[in-house]
Amino acid sequence: MATDTLAPSAAVTAPKIKSELMQQRARAARIFLVPMLIALAVVAGWPLIRSIYFSFTDASLSNLDGAQWIGFGNYLRWTTLDSGAVRYRGLLADPAWWNAVWNTVRFAFISVSFEAVLGMIVALVLNAEFRGRGLVRAAILIPWAIPTIVSARMWSWMLNDQFGILNDLGMRLGLLSQKVAWTATADTAMTAVLVVDIWKTTPFMALLILAGLQMIPKDIYEAAEIDGVHPIKQFWKITLPLVRPALMVAIIFRLLDALRIFDLIYVLTPNSSATKTMSVMARENLFDFDKFSYGSAMSTMLFLIIALLTILYIWLGQVRFDGGDR
Amino acid sequence: MKINKLLIGLLTSVTLVVGGAQAADLSIVSGDTGTGLAFLRGQLDKFEADTGNKVTVVPMPSSTSDQFGQYKLWLAAGNTDIDVYQTDVIWAPQLADQFLDLSDAAKDVVGQHFPSIIESQTVNGKLVALPAFTDAPALYYRKDLLEKYNKPVPKTWQELTDTAKEIQDGERAAGNAEMWGFVFQGNAYEGLTCDALEWVKSFGGGQIVEADGSISINNPQAAKAIDLAASWIGSISPEGNLAYGEEESRGVWQLGNSVFHRNWPYAYSLGNGADSPIAGKFDVAPLPAGDGPDARSAATLGGWNIAVSKYSKAPDEAIKLALFLSSEAVQKERALNQSNLPTIEALYDDADIAKTQPIIPAWKTIFQNAVPRPSAPTKAKYNEVSSLFWSAVHSTLSGNGTAAENLEGLEADLTDLKGGDSW
Repeated sequence: MATDTLAPSAAVTAPKIKSELMQQRARAARIFLVPMLIALAVVAGWPLIRSIYFSFTDASLSNLDGAQWIGFGNYLRWTTLDSGAVRYRGLLADPAWWNAVWNTVRFAFISVSFEAVLGMIVALVLNAEFRGRGLVRAAILIPWAIPTIVSARMWSWMLNDQFGILNDLGMRLGLLSQKVAWTATADTAMTAVLVVDIWKTTPFMALLILAGLQMIPKDIYEAAEIDGVHPIKQFWKITLPLVRPALMVAIIFRLLDALRIFDLIYVLTPNSSATKTMSVMARENLFDFDKFSYGSAMSTMLFLIIALLTILYIWLGQVRFDGGDR
Repeated sequence: MKINKLLIGLLTSVTLVVGGAQAADLSIVSGDTGTGLAFLRGQLDKFEADTGNKVTVVPMPSSTSDQFGQYKLWLAAGNTDIDVYQTDVIWAPQLADQFLDLSDAAKDVVGQHFPSIIESQTVNGKLVALPAFTDAPALYYRKDLLEKYNKPVPKTWQELTDTAKEIQDGERAAGNAEMWGFVFQGNAYEGLTCDALEWVKSFGGGQIVEADGSISINNPQAAKAIDLAASWIGSISPEGNLAYGEEESRGVWQLGNSVFHRNWPYAYSLGNGADSPIAGKFDVAPLPAGDGPDARSAATLGGWNIAVSKYSKAPDEAIKLALFLSSEAVQKERALNQSNLPTIEALYDDADIAKTQPIIPAWKTIFQNAVPRPSAPTKAKYNEVSSLFWSAVHSTLSGNGTAAENLEGLEADLTDLKGGDSW
């Protein structure tokens, strides 16, 4: 395909140009990058390094300056009992933490899968020509535009067991035999969070995919049309491969976001082990409990787990960020 | 020393007369429930008129667990924006370092308050906060429904379970499909620790961690109490109760959709408010007892206090505000309007209060016998103790293991947390 043959040749020729002008450009680009790099180092780099440092100390929130270095004690330490049995303690041996990791990963996987499929459908619909398309495109962004706390509160009222509109509708339409406590019971709480998250972030996914769809030249479809290719086959053979780079980048954004989910779960569900995620647990240890260093260790692990999953995804999915593919 | 204080006294009275030459902009945080914020604003208006200071209320979520996390963060960061904090009775040992010592400023008035409350707010000889009101919960019951079904006010939890079931079923058969038997605070937060401590203590199952620091929670009576509570969910209490805090449970109760309700005294005046469907139809009783050798009616000690941040830029004016909010005049207004229990002993004999809020004089003995949460023996680890306890109870209520299993795990977790011989 046209883009496939063009992209590599451009990539190959680029480094060969060594004219004075190009070098000057590269230098200018570096100078322009400096303010952003400094800003990043101050607002992201420094807090990150501090968190990692605190995770190796015994810091508590009321005594940050007096923190003592204790090595890997927050992550793993062990004592040998008189009987000879070894007891492991620390984050890596904490079942509550691994439960939270599992909750988070499961949440991220399910929500991002649904959002990718639904986002694709919405994007395909919005890509078609119809009257009032601009209006619909704007309207569909509303869930994404509402601050998460506000939409979480809104949904928590709609899902409320006694006063919620969903139970009321379900009872009136005869779909429910009795009112369901959606966010309160362990069986439905995660599902409720997933529904709200999918509702909220599908528009974001749709928008990024739509941008990718609009990059696909129309003449490919015309050619396929003339050859009599079935629309479903057109989707699998033309649309999906060509929109793949945009889709992969959209998924990675959402994955990063979903893995640090905090606000929805914190507002919507009781603080129980069925829905507790890594971020919720880290916050609890950092601020509610007197365990700042342990919470820092959780934050560090959260960072490492997200980094690991992202690298895995980029590697397995062969994602390239320059817009090309494979 | 004495002359100095005299001078300060003179100076403050001079500034008072001059009318706020030293006027300051103060901020107070409050996560009050119901009409509490409106009441506070009314009192602050009086304070502003008297002193010339300006006071801004920063509203907070009503869940005490949510408030605590935020306050701890602010105080650790040395936040100067908030001058005065409303603190829960259990916070004093955890936040003592961040608040000013009020013993000097309050030395003339501490004698009016119940000594036990002053003691609960004193950490290593430092008076961390001044009491604004105290709390001991009540069993709210619908007297019209109990009369209709000819039932006495339940004296034990088992009796409550049976009565609630009978009336709930009867009312549902009569067409009130929304009717429930009992609502309480079942969300996984500090409120559940209060509720569950009452169940455990009323069955003679101890108080989680005893005053000497020993962990007592893993015992058959405690398991029995929590298993009984677990049997309520889906039977006499809605499943949604697993996510209710004070205000959510009051919502169900005050709409007239529950026979019984466990809540703090503030729900008394709200339930009798002009817009309340159950006004005049309910009354309060002490919480039921369990059964077993040491069974008794148990109420968890609550209560809110006023503390002054040591990072305040106007500490003198902030202390004045704390003294004002804990004063007899404000506590009386609070009792009359909010049915909050005063911490000043004399107010329990006040004729106006007895007339408007009969719950208050009746509650004097209940709060004096109330069970404290183990915040004193567990010190800085209290929050985690409480969190482990409410998680174990919440799991049991959600049907995730029996009480005996979860309490055994809790005991092991608490032993780990304690670490050695002392907390």
